[in-house]
Amino acid sequence: MIKLYDYLLSANCYKARLLLSMLDVPHELVPIEFYPRREHESAAFKKINPLGHIPVIDDDGFILRDAHAILMYLACKYDGGRDWYPTGDPRLLGEVASWLQFADGTAATASAARLCINFGYDFDLEACQAGAHRLFRVLDEHVWFREQEGLSWVASAAAPTVADMALFPDVALSEEGGISREDYPALRRWTERIQRLGGFIDMPGVLPVAPLPS
Amino acid sequence: MDATAPQEPGPPILDLWHPVAILAELTAGETIRTRLLDRDIAVGLDGEGAPLAWLITGEAPGGAPESLPAIAAYEFAWTSLGTPPAEIFAIPECDEPDRRNLATFSVGVHVSAPRAVENFLDLGHFPYVHAGILGQVPRTEVADYRVEVDPETNELWALDCEFFQPQAAAASTDGQMSQYTYRVPHPYCVMLYKSCPTDESRFDVIALFCQALSADRVLFHTFMSVIDEVSSDEQIRAFQTLVSAQDKPILENQTPRLLPLEVGAEASVRSDRASVAYRRWLGDLGVGYGVIPAGLPDDGS
Repeated sequence: MIKLYDYLLSANCYKARLLLSMLDVPHELVPIEFYPRREHESAAFKKINPLGHIPVIDDDGFILRDAHAILMYLACKYDGGRDWYPTGDPRLLGEVASWLQFADGTAATASAARLCINFGYDFDLEACQAGAHRLFRVLDEHVWFREQEGLSWVASAAAPTVADMALFPDVALSEEGGISREDYPALRRWTERIQRLGGFIDMPGVLPVAPLPS
Repeated sequence: MDATAPQEPGPPILDLWHPVAILAELTAGETIRTRLLDRDIAVGLDGEGAPLAWLITGEAPGGAPESLPAIAAYEFAWTSLGTPPAEIFAIPECDEPDRRNLATFSVGVHVSAPRAVENFLDLGHFPYVHAGILGQVPRTEVADYRVEVDPETNELWALDCEFFQPQAAAASTDGQMSQYTYRVPHPYCVMLYKSCPTDESRFDVIALFCQALSADRVLFHTFMSVIDEVSSDEQIRAFQTLVSAQDKPILENQTPRLLPLEVGAEASVRSDRASVAYRRWLGDLGVGYGVIPAGLPDDGS
């Protein structure tokens, strides 16, 4: 069974948990105590990932680190590279790759702001928040234009892709970093669509959406 | 008065001990920076492992930082910006030899310390916020309980509380009717004594020590003193991490972030007896930081 080295409150680990759940892949969570023990920086964990960060998966001895690499691997292995990571469509795959890159930016801004406020990390909080707002504005406009074309996800596909999974945690947890989503209505609609997907799981800090009227 | 205007802590808050760091995170010869009551603080350790604290005043470099009183208690370093009592409130259970005393989880929360304490006192939120762990719909009823102020210590107590819990602690294997006693020994600190799943004769202690960074921001520090021979430290901390992380977004969505002390400012039901008494107790102590004091005209008048 796949092992996921995981921390409950990590936005990057949540990306991997989300896709594992959506793909309905049986897995085992191995808790790594990020806070307060900083276990991800321990000598024992650095044998698994010399970079000392999580998430990492161990799939029958195959060790893979980095949230986005894990998303690509899981999608190719368990969804045959069809919808979640559309290897058969060059344009779509290019879009997905560019939004994965964009998600590195939200990690460095929105997610970093959250680390400052939650765990006292010594980053420039205001710069992180301003950077997150710049990216959220771009993403909000992008999603709004998608909606005008009848599309629901960040890439131009009918189904969600790993790019949506890579972006969702930083957006959904942004309030914890003091980044309000009040000014991003299209982003709020997009997060709600993700939360209504089959197999969606939340994490602390992600507020549940109201049930749809029956 | 504008409820959002900067607040001055004033006595009695200035004269109390406040938690400012987890002892295990301090290293001799190094300092960490933090905030307390809108002031910048540095915290360190001396050669013997005792905590040290300083006020960072922002004066010209070379000026000696102002030393603050500091003590170690319950796995935390505590300091004061005023004249603190000689000793911090006692938790005698922590001295029992088979107890495990742990700083379990700390997180920044955008809420006032009194709101965080009030939430801790609320049994009613268990089945909703901590579903499947500390409570479970439809077993949502809060049985009646007593609230009293100890005339000797002037601490606030809530007694004879009882609640059904599917997973009361890290060591739980089954649901239980948990007996709770709440104790508020400090305006920003609250603890509960709860039936121990592994020893019927004693109580686990779970405490919340709020470090008020400002009037409406806290570091939410949790501490446990438990009888548990089974769980690892990591398992105990993981349990408290989950529970605290579930509380955080709920607390951050409370409005106003400051706790109104005016009677009737917020609707209360019978199970809110502890919250009502806590608000009155804060008012009687003269606490004006992190709260909206009673007697302020409301917006409609």
